[in-house]
Amino acid sequence: MGVKLLLEKANVPGIRTYDVYRREGGYAAAEKALKEMSIEAIVEEVKKSGLRGRGGAGFPAGMKWSFIAKPEGVPRHLVCNADESEPGTFKDRYLMEFLPHLLLEGLLISSFALGSNDTYIYIRGEYAWVATILEEAIIEATKNGWLGKNILGTGFDCMIHVHRGAGAYICGEETALIESLEGKRGNPRIKPPFPAIQGLWMRPTVVNNVETLAAVVPIIKMGGEEYAKIGVGRSTGTKLISACGNINKPGVYEIDMTISVEDFIYSDEYCGGIANGKKLKACIPGGSSVPILPANLLLKTAKGETRYMNYESLSDGGFATGSMMGSGGFIVLDEDQCIVKNTLTLARFYRHESCGQCSPCREGTGWMEKILQKIELGKGESSDIDLLWDIQRKIEGNTICPLGDAAAWPVAAAIRHFRDEFEWHIQNRALSQTSNFGLQHYADPIHVPA
Amino acid sequence: MSLEFNNEQMTEFNRLVAHYPEGKQKSALLPVLHLAQDSFGGWLPTEAMDYVASLLQIQPIEVYEVATFYSMYNLKPVGKFVFEVCQTGPCMISGSDNIIAYIQKQLAIKPGETTKDGMFTLKLVECLGACGYAPMMQVGKIYREHLTKEKVDAIIVEYRMQIVALN
Amino acid sequence: MSEQTLFKVTVDNITIEVPAGTTILQAARQIGGAVAPPAMCYYSKLEGTGGKCRTCLVEVSKGSEKDPRPMPKLVASCRTIVMDGMEVKNITSEKVIDARAGVVEFLLLNHPLDCPICDQAGECHLQDLSFEHGKADTRYEFQRRTFKKHDLGKHIQLHMTRCILCYRCVFIADQLTNKREHGILDRGDHAEIATHIEKSLGNEFIGNVIDVCPVGALTDKTFRFKNRVWFLKPMDAHRDCPTCSGRVTLWNRGDEVFRVTARKDEWGEIEDNPDGKPGWICNTCRFDKKHTNDWIIEGPRAISRQSVIAQGHYAGNVGMTQPTEIFKAVNDGRAPHLLMDIHNESEVNLPSVRLSEIEGPSHGTSFNNNSKNA
Repeated sequence: MGVKLLLEKANVPGIRTYDVYRREGGYAAAEKALKEMSIEAIVEEVKKSGLRGRGGAGFPAGMKWSFIAKPEGVPRHLVCNADESEPGTFKDRYLMEFLPHLLLEGLLISSFALGSNDTYIYIRGEYAWVATILEEAIIEATKNGWLGKNILGTGFDCMIHVHRGAGAYICGEETALIESLEGKRGNPRIKPPFPAIQGLWMRPTVVNNVETLAAVVPIIKMGGEEYAKIGVGRSTGTKLISACGNINKPGVYEIDMTISVEDFIYSDEYCGGIANGKKLKACIPGGSSVPILPANLLLKTAKGETRYMNYESLSDGGFATGSMMGSGGFIVLDEDQCIVKNTLTLARFYRHESCGQCSPCREGTGWMEKILQKIELGKGESSDIDLLWDIQRKIEGNTICPLGDAAAWPVAAAIRHFRDEFEWHIQNRALSQTSNFGLQHYADPIHVPA
Repeated sequence: MSLEFNNEQMTEFNRLVAHYPEGKQKSALLPVLHLAQDSFGGWLPTEAMDYVASLLQIQPIEVYEVATFYSMYNLKPVGKFVFEVCQTGPCMISGSDNIIAYIQKQLAIKPGETTKDGMFTLKLVECLGACGYAPMMQVGKIYREHLTKEKVDAIIVEYRMQIVALN
Repeated sequence: MSEQTLFKVTVDNITIEVPAGTTILQAARQIGGAVAPPAMCYYSKLEGTGGKCRTCLVEVSKGSEKDPRPMPKLVASCRTIVMDGMEVKNITSEKVIDARAGVVEFLLLNHPLDCPICDQAGECHLQDLSFEHGKADTRYEFQRRTFKKHDLGKHIQLHMTRCILCYRCVFIADQLTNKREHGILDRGDHAEIATHIEKSLGNEFIGNVIDVCPVGALTDKTFRFKNRVWFLKPMDAHRDCPTCSGRVTLWNRGDEVFRVTARKDEWGEIEDNPDGKPGWICNTCRFDKKHTNDWIIEGPRAISRQSVIAQGHYAGNVGMTQPTEIFKAVNDGRAPHLLMDIHNESEVNLPSVRLSEIEGPSHGTSFNNNSKNA
């Protein structure tokens, strides 16, 4: 059993309510932070913990906090990014649904540290019932003196507001989220200025992911140094992984980032192996935008070393032979899955979610989808593969926000590792409509338990 | 159907606007459009958007821009129950194609269409963040997960019964 | 402003000093020539524009004297402020040339090839951009995007298929009028300029959207199909206007005023008035004052010699003279086989007709019908 810091109490009956959460030791960290610690000390603990943003980019949270501008007389805001929309990712939903008070406690400590009197949770519109759970939790917390005016007699006022989005992946990008929170279209802003200087209503703002903010609770409870001892290297603490696809036990798992990818997929504690006795073909280990890896490169790095579920090991080899931790959306594909079809649905997703503001993303995502559709329908030509490669290359890095990269990477990785499958589709037009390329040389090197 | 909030809806409107600082009431636009859509029959006719604009003291075009940007707002009438079936990667590899085909067959409509009796609309959507519970669809405010053909049948019956009970 | 801090910046190996706060693009424009990156969405007179089209991407090979690290990605020069000692590569960077060619391809992907009937032709920034940075053929083989037609009233013609979503016209409405009536609807590759419920744009300054539109998406309806810009002579003129400065450019053919625009500088932007404010003009000056005697003519407007418009402007009557040789003579007595006798089809070409008096589009009706029946 790995260490559990966030989901430790997730299975306690009634943990969703304030009374049970409090009885189980909840809000003790908040009490400690507000009563015994200075703002500087809290920020210092978070810095020491090495906590990296859990939304996908992995930027050190403590450093992000220290960037916030503090001009005299201008309110500051903390915004919780709960616009979880990256395909394969559903960990924040789990956390909010079962442990709403854990998030509120993390938000309270973080708001105190950042000086945010009005903190917003921007939750994706489709999670309507989760928004209700959070609002009920806020009422409970307010009733019990953890939110509102003069919290614990410290003179600190804090209110948490839930703001529902309305269906736009792009609002997971922090400046698009801020625009959306201001009641506008979710067009990412051109940076600089960064939100830490001019964010929500042009005020200094910090935007953090749900899991990042929840992790502040154990960090305060145990101290940053202790937290940093868990895990390995710069992958400190625990990480929530939402596993899905063709596995026996899809779900949200908390790992301490020392476990190998192989163990994560095949052990009964986690994914429980590939469903229906099939073989592993490929995996997208960190949410749909990160590079897909064939089974052999997923389990072992190009150097032949075991690959582990942490930031460094997953990205070992760069994009040539590695991938990314991303948001922790772990998508497993079995031998029956078609890489072309899978890439097509992802390309369609990014086309659908492009805000349309900048030209490479607006035009390029749709173009890639059309070409992939053509190949999938058995009408592809061999030049299409190089064309796809060139299009993704011209999108990547040239857009306002990372959505361009997110749209380009899955296509690039699919071609990089599965080019022969694309070629097979193009050369066997009729056959590709009725059967799959299958495993070929991506054969599962792991013995499948009987 | 009158396009004005009743007292109860007005209370909710005021609660939503109160979340934002004074003068920043435009921030309430997304939540208020949700409220309007729920209040005015599941979609947003132009009059509803103009009404929201007047309540929030912004230009109508600011509302149109936002309402057309976000995928959850319906700008055309929809059925009483909208089946929004996810078709993105993780759901696709878990068999959403079969579920979509089955719903089409059972309701005799294509994606984007509404059944003749105005009961059901089928909409294909992109990732709803329920990949571990795939295949899935959203109906109103709830998620229906781990869909199978049998489950789809049961869900259709369930909603038909709801309507019968209401009448 | 004597104490103004000056920053040294090098663009394509040319070093200049600019005031702190200047963008890379503005610094490069001060150097001028090919060093200045193209800009399709940025408009210096409109606050908040830029960053969207990605044509002005440049490589920052040295961040500043203090922090010489290069920037990891290409940056939008219109929205990036120079630092002291910064070194920028524009046309000397292969990465930039490559990325820019990509952007041009993306912009043209869904852009119709209707230059021959587009009123913007000859002064279109997308034409210039494609000519300078684009490729001759497209790799796009799918159907181009179309939109539902949308009428913006009697003065402004919208061709959504030509739009590159620069957002300039939205900024105009925000910054020049007190009530914005049009905006960007829908998202992604379906995003469009529209009013949602069709209505005409009525503000007295809304006509300026035509001048800032880099392509033929928003054109002057009162000039629609009346003439090609390179057949017209631009003349600076002014009138005593109660609404705006009344300082304009008239586009004349002989004594006829075909259209009125604001005065534009070498970057295609509105010139400032003597008071230092941008010379936006009102709808009355633009659409209603179409007689020479409405105006006090100042003299011919200087036009870049590279521009196609200059051909009729600088070289006397080149391009405007009636050819003396007829087809028969050139073709050794053989008359060409005409698919359509244009003199019978189009009013425009009848010598007796004054072009400015023609209502509506200048094509024959029977040709239209023929093509429908075909």
